[in-house]
Formats: sequence, structure tokens, C-alpha cells
Amino acid sequence: MLKNKLATLLIYLVAVLITVTFICILADIIIHGFSQISWGYLTESPSDAGRAGGIAPIIVSTALIVFLAIIIAAPLGLATAILLTEFAQQKTIFAGFVERCLDVLASVPSIVFGLFGNAFFSLYLGLGFSILSGGLTLACMVLPILIRTAVEGLRATPDDYRFSAAALGITRTTALVHLLLPTAMPAIVAGLILGIGRAMAETAALIFTSGYVDRMPDSVFDSGRSLSIHIYDLSMNVAGGDSKAHAAALVLIVMLLIINAISMGLAKHWQKNRIISNEIII
Amino acid sequence: MSLSRTDQHLVVGLRLCALLVASIVLLVFLFLLTESWPILNHISWSRFFTDHSWHPVQGFYNITPMLSATLLTTLGALILATPLGIASALFSRYYAPSFVATWYRRLIELLAGIPSVVYGFWGLTTLAPLIANLHPPGVSLFTAILVLALMILPTIALTVEAALISVPNAYHSGAVALGMSRWSMIIAIVLPAAQSGIVSGIMLGASRAIGETMAVLMVAGNVVQHPHSVFDSVRTLTANIALEMAYAMGDHRAALFVSGLALMIMVLGFISLAELFKWKSSYA
Repeated sequence: MLKNKLATLLIYLVAVLITVTFICILADIIIHGFSQISWGYLTESPSDAGRAGGIAPIIVSTALIVFLAIIIAAPLGLATAILLTEFAQQKTIFAGFVERCLDVLASVPSIVFGLFGNAFFSLYLGLGFSILSGGLTLACMVLPILIRTAVEGLRATPDDYRFSAAALGITRTTALVHLLLPTAMPAIVAGLILGIGRAMAETAALIFTSGYVDRMPDSVFDSGRSLSIHIYDLSMNVAGGDSKAHAAALVLIVMLLIINAISMGLAKHWQKNRIISNEIII
Repeated sequence: MSLSRTDQHLVVGLRLCALLVASIVLLVFLFLLTESWPILNHISWSRFFTDHSWHPVQGFYNITPMLSATLLTTLGALILATPLGIASALFSRYYAPSFVATWYRRLIELLAGIPSVVYGFWGLTTLAPLIANLHPPGVSLFTAILVLALMILPTIALTVEAALISVPNAYHSGAVALGMSRWSMIIAIVLPAAQSGIVSGIMLGASRAIGETMAVLMVAGNVVQHPHSVFDSVRTLTANIALEMAYAMGDHRAALFVSGLALMIMVLGFISLAELFKWKSSYA
């Protein structure tokens, strides 16, 4: 009995400890970062290696890198997910091989993606240090997440839909476009949002692919510094850059929080709609 | 069921896309190998372990100090984060009232998404000065272990909780019927039943810790040495790549790709172990 009480106490203590630690981390960033944030900080260019000025070009570069990564990865990921769920029910060797490759891809450390991106996109394909190289590298990184969530979404659609479509003589392509994909859309979008979050948080894969340049990029072939690299550079390589790094960290966290909130809101919204439409069918 | 003409076209397109996706992994390995080939070709494997130091510009390539730093930080982080992660999962599954559990889980999910560079930055500006009071220089193996433990804790907590949720309800009813206390039920029934999921969660955490770069780079101090105490500065394999890639040429660059290859092999080892446990459990 005593053991039971002691264990309960310990587990509550651990939960409190974890909560307090993480609230401290967040509070530290918010308190130190908030005083630095102003309209100017978001709309000006950095000067004096980032000690003064704002982060406007860095936000633009980050957005471009993430946008490219998702635009490249989303169609590939969706196609692979459709193949794995709709056209490989009998577990073909090819499907097994693709799944195995995805497991390995999901476990590649981000710095190794950085090495690969530098060797393949920057040097072999001659893209140099550019936003495009960074976007392509991140696309490889987020593919497993996009595919996993899309596969889960498609597997969760009821088989009745597939049988009814087949009974009506509709081609599988039509059934996919008009029935299965719309039903699985919430999961697919949730996966996209997760992927955006992952891409925005990434640093190590970008150092040797998209580079350090903090000017406003003219095109995707220019080097561009992401927000996470900006934080790293300010805190490690720029003496006296800590306060601006706090502000950049706050901006990054707020962006991630907004993305998180959107995905939660969407999930709730879709769940509600689905329940209603099911009731109407009944 | 035969496919219509449209469907056949679609399948061909989908196969091509899937092939492209699968080929990325092969490309990653191919490029790691071709880039490390120049050095593997003309010096023997053993020199990465027997050279007297890591001075790549002078042609000395001993990676063991970095290897030991990587293994020590990972091991330390696992020792700290595993019991905390399991306790955290038990809290939100068995102890917390349901609305607390929902918010607690949301917090853990949020933490899993915080960028590693932010953890590293916090460690550098807040944690390292505190540890420097305890024992200078502050940026050390110990700081790296603490920050890494914080980072992999959400990963472990979330996977363990998923494993706990999949324990059949009948087990709980059985335990209650036998009049077991909550803690004896957890120790005697729930944890053994969820064992394989817990182990694969730990392996997942381990592979994340091994591959982590930014946080460790910012708080470990980056001195290439075998640490004599936990307060010594160390440099991990990942941090070494991030620090030296910018100016590495020729054999030096190739040596960094060799360390990338070594990282990949270690991570694959952990992933296969995790798979093995999953496989064993599903056929038990």
C-alpha cells in the first residue's frame, strides 16, 4: 500500500518536473525575446551581422525553402501513398521494397541529409548554395512524414466506398479523385502541416545547402538563410547576438505554434463535419 | 479484378513516383560512399581508430574521441530520459484526470516539435551558465546530456504512451478483479505487456540522440578529446561534421563523409533493433 502511494507521488512529481522545465524554457525565450520584437524587427533587413536591424529577408528565405520543400514532396508523397494503399493490397515485392526504403529514409540524421544535399544538389547538380538546394534537401527529409500520414488517412477510409465504386463500374482513378482522396483529405492536410513544421525547425540539413547569406533573395537560385540558421549563427558566431537570437527564436516558436493550432483546428473541424454527414446518411 | 486503361496509366505513373522516392535512399548511400571513397581508397580503415589524433589537415584521422562523445551523450541522455519518459506516459495514461491528461499530452506534443536549435540556444544561454557555477567551463558533456535528454523525452513519452494504449482492456479488468493496487498492476501487468513498444520507443529516442546535431553542437564545447569527467568539453561526430564541412577539402572532406557513413550505420543498427523487438512481439 505504501509502495503504491510512493509510486503515485513519484509519478506526479515527474509530471510536474517536466511541465515546469518546459514552461521555464518557453518563458525564458518569450521574456527575453518579446522586448526585442517590434514591427521594424519583422520588416527590416539585418545589419552589423544581425546585431541590429530585423529579419525580413530571413523570413522570406525560410518561407521560400519550406514552400519549395512541400511543393516538391507533396505530389511525390501522395502518389507513393496511393500506390501503397490502393494498388498494393497483396503486398507486392515492390511495395515492400518502397516501404523499407521509407523506414530507412525516416531515420537518416539531418546532418547526413546536409552532407547528401551538399554533394548531390549543390555540387553534382550544380545548384550551389541556394534556396532550391535547401528546399530539395528538405523535401527528401519530409517525404516519409507526408507518406506515413497520407497512408494512414487512406487506410482509414471505409472499404465500403471502394466496393460501392467498383459495383457501380467506376474506374479506380475516378473513385480515388472523387471519393477516396476527399475523404482522406483531413489526414493528408494534417500531414502537410506536420511536414511544414518539421521543415521550419530544421537547421543541420540547411547549413551546407541553402547557406548563410542574409540578404533578400532575388530568386530561388540565391543563397538564403533560414530562421533556424539565423538563431544558430547569432548565438554561436556573433558576439553580443544573444538578444536578437532570443527574438528570432520567439518568432520561430510563435510560427510553429500557429501551425500547430491550425492543424488542431482543422482536425476538429473535419471531425465535426464528418460526424454530421454520417448522421445524414443514416 | 482487372484494371481499366485509365487505371493502368495511373499505376504506371504512381510506380514511377514511388521508384523516385525509393531511389532517394539509394542516392543518399551512393553519395556518402562516393564522397568517402577517395580516402577509403588510399588509407586503411583501421587508421580511423589508431591514428594518434584528429588533425585532418596534417593527415591524422582518429575519430574515436568523437565516437566516444557521441556514444556517451546518447547513453547519458537515454539513462535520464527513459525513466522520465515512461513515468510521463504512465502519468497521462493512468494517473492524470482526463482533462489534465489531454493538456499534458498536448504539451508533450508541442515539445516534440520545438526545433533543436532552440533547445541548443536555451542550453547555451541558460543552462550552461548554471552548470559553469557548479563546475566550469559549463559547455560540457554533462550539459549536452541534459539538453539531449530533454529533447528525446517527448519522443520516448509519446511512443511509450501509444504502447500503453494498445494494452488490452481485459488485462485492466483482470487486475482490478484480483484487487491489485494501481502500482502493482502497472509493474506486474501493464509494463510487461507493453514491453516491446517501450523498447522500440527507447530505440527511437536513441537514434534521434545519435543523429542530433545543433543542440549538441551548441552546448558540448566542441573540444576533440576523450572526456575524463562529465564536466569536460567534448565534440560529437555530428558536431564535427557541422563545424568542419565549411572549410574541408580533399581527404578531410572525405573523412567527414566517412563519419557520416559511421552515423548512418549506428542509426540503422538502432532501427533494426527496434524492428526486431516489434517483430518478436507480434509473433510471440
